[in-house]
Amino acid sequence: MNEQKKLTRKKIAATKVCKKIMADHFYEMDEAVKTGSRKIAWCTSVGPAELLRGMGFLVYYPENHGAMLGATRMATDLIPYANALGYSPDICSYLTCDIGSYLQKKTPLKMAYNIESVPRPDVLVYNTNQCRDVQDWFAWYSRELQVPLIGVHTHRDIGDVGPTQIKDIAIQIEDLVPQLEKISGETFDMDRFKEAVGYSRRTSELWRACLETAAALPSPWTFFDATIHMGPAVVARGTKSGVDYYEILLPELEQRVRDGVAAVEGEKHRLYWEGMPIWGKLRALSEQFYSLRACVVASTYCNSWIFDQLDPEKPFESMAAAYTELFIVRDEPFKEKYITDCFEKFKIDGIIFHDAKTCPNNSNNRYGMPERLSRKLGVPTLTINGDLCDLRCYSEEQTRTNIEAFIEQLEGI
Amino acid sequence: MTEQIFAGVDVGASRTKTAIIDADKRLIGHCVLKSGTDFEASAEAALKNALEMTGIPENAVCRCVATGYGRRNVAAADITHTEIGCHARGCYHYFHTALTIVDIGGQDNKVITIDENGRRLAFKMNRKCAAGTGAFLEEMSARLGIPLEEMNQLARSATETVELGSYCTVFSATEVLEKIRQGAGVPGIVKGLFLSVIKRIMEMHPLTGNVAMTGGVVAHNPFLVTMIADMLQKDILVPDHPQLTGAVGAALIAMGRWQADLHRPKGQPMDKEEGCNDCK
Repeated sequence: MNEQKKLTRKKIAATKVCKKIMADHFYEMDEAVKTGSRKIAWCTSVGPAELLRGMGFLVYYPENHGAMLGATRMATDLIPYANALGYSPDICSYLTCDIGSYLQKKTPLKMAYNIESVPRPDVLVYNTNQCRDVQDWFAWYSRELQVPLIGVHTHRDIGDVGPTQIKDIAIQIEDLVPQLEKISGETFDMDRFKEAVGYSRRTSELWRACLETAAALPSPWTFFDATIHMGPAVVARGTKSGVDYYEILLPELEQRVRDGVAAVEGEKHRLYWEGMPIWGKLRALSEQFYSLRACVVASTYCNSWIFDQLDPEKPFESMAAAYTELFIVRDEPFKEKYITDCFEKFKIDGIIFHDAKTCPNNSNNRYGMPERLSRKLGVPTLTINGDLCDLRCYSEEQTRTNIEAFIEQLEGI
Repeated sequence: MTEQIFAGVDVGASRTKTAIIDADKRLIGHCVLKSGTDFEASAEAALKNALEMTGIPENAVCRCVATGYGRRNVAAADITHTEIGCHARGCYHYFHTALTIVDIGGQDNKVITIDENGRRLAFKMNRKCAAGTGAFLEEMSARLGIPLEEMNQLARSATETVELGSYCTVFSATEVLEKIRQGAGVPGIVKGLFLSVIKRIMEMHPLTGNVAMTGGVVAHNPFLVTMIADMLQKDILVPDHPQLTGAVGAALIAMGRWQADLHRPKGQPMDKEEGCNDCK
């Protein structure tokens, strides 16, 4: 039988701090709901979090909850409850599993933190830069909980981001202020807002630096590690604790690079992951790649929390620029150039496209990109079919065989 | 001198295939059995049958490679290899040219491209759906009450093609029943089913260059190859024993491993990434 490499990975020491930040994030909100001490805003993953932080809200991210539902493999059982309400199995499985979770009163927060339910919102704030589904998702809660729904509508499929788009989005963000003041009962404080943008900017710089340590040969960590360690970049954006975390993680990764510590012992193949993680299969996939001595060193997904444009001196405009320059908002030529740059920077041997059944905006294989990149870069590509949360759309054996065959191909056998 | 032979075991979702080759790469023993629910038992039985066909004792097997969905359930295997690699290796053995290989299996379809040296360039498998696979024909055979082995002749005898619009197996079944209700003849329907399989393949790849076809569906339904050749307006290459191509490829890889591994006693782990020129 084929010899499988034993897993002897060296653990990332900062993980403990990461877990504490994530726990504190939820405990703080749970406490605020119980005591009424702070207002809670629900925010889409790349919504205007800095503004919300700057106005004193605690910020909860339903997409993060969706990822937790996926990672704990609770999602697949919960999705059908939303389907039964008319929310199709073909739409965002973050949306459907999260609504299913609400309907069934089941949350991974219970097992992880002994918290009974997600925090009740005082306001729901979206940005359609991810997709239209986030707006529909929040609209459901708005009707269900009788909570105000406000948001930003982003331009899509953009080539070059120009002043017209930035001005439009900046105005939309600024227009949220009076509504948020009314809900929070607090007057907008520009200095506090700028401080939140400054924290986000610094978090983004540190997160980018962390991700770029994977350009080293061998890579000190993998995409699968990064999907966990990006937690603070998501939930603690606009806060000091986000900055503090990556000031701990980055030196550790840099030390690993200096010491030649490999995330995948005997690293032979360096891969790029395009598309969403398959949350319920992170461990299985991580172990398979490890056994094949393949390291997934970079991904569009983890890079999506890099916001180079943020500038505390121009908070509205820079947020508008940062959240419009996102990969997901851009056109095909931009995306191809972006992946090409990563291919060169991270010394990639192969690209894996995850075609997520319920997430077309993050499935970039559907318009011929793998074929075009393969021709342009001479790099092998593989498309695997799956989903971020809905494991009914995932075939374990087909995926394993595809990955194994892809590595055989890279090895020339 | 003791005869040196090499074994390939391809445990597919539907059938288990074994191939024994000699040192001159000649196929000297083979077997096809239903995989059933006990992959280990079917692999063992298929290997035993193939060895009996050769008349050579089991201990002459220098190396054994397992492939297919049940590749991890083959006790006799020294190493596993994906069916994608084995079909590519098997096809290259027969044709020694750049190829676009189409394998229609019981559970999945594969399109594999290799260059003139047999090196794999790319591959695709069908999405998680039975459309266009052997399972589709099996399902339809059961629905229509037509034995699988009669489908090829029925399709060949058709004077018309009853085209099916859906690519979903379940919807296709409904559509077939509707066509029957409208008075369509069974041969035309079966030819329409073959056409449906071909369409699913052609959606996966433009099938450029030399096209070779393998797999159980091709082995038992040669008219399907005729149809696709007509559609592409070119000859299609079909190896001897197309259902065994993956097993033959596995046996060839076993031979390559053994040659690369001559100085290492059997039983000591082989390192998959060591590489071997014969495995191209």
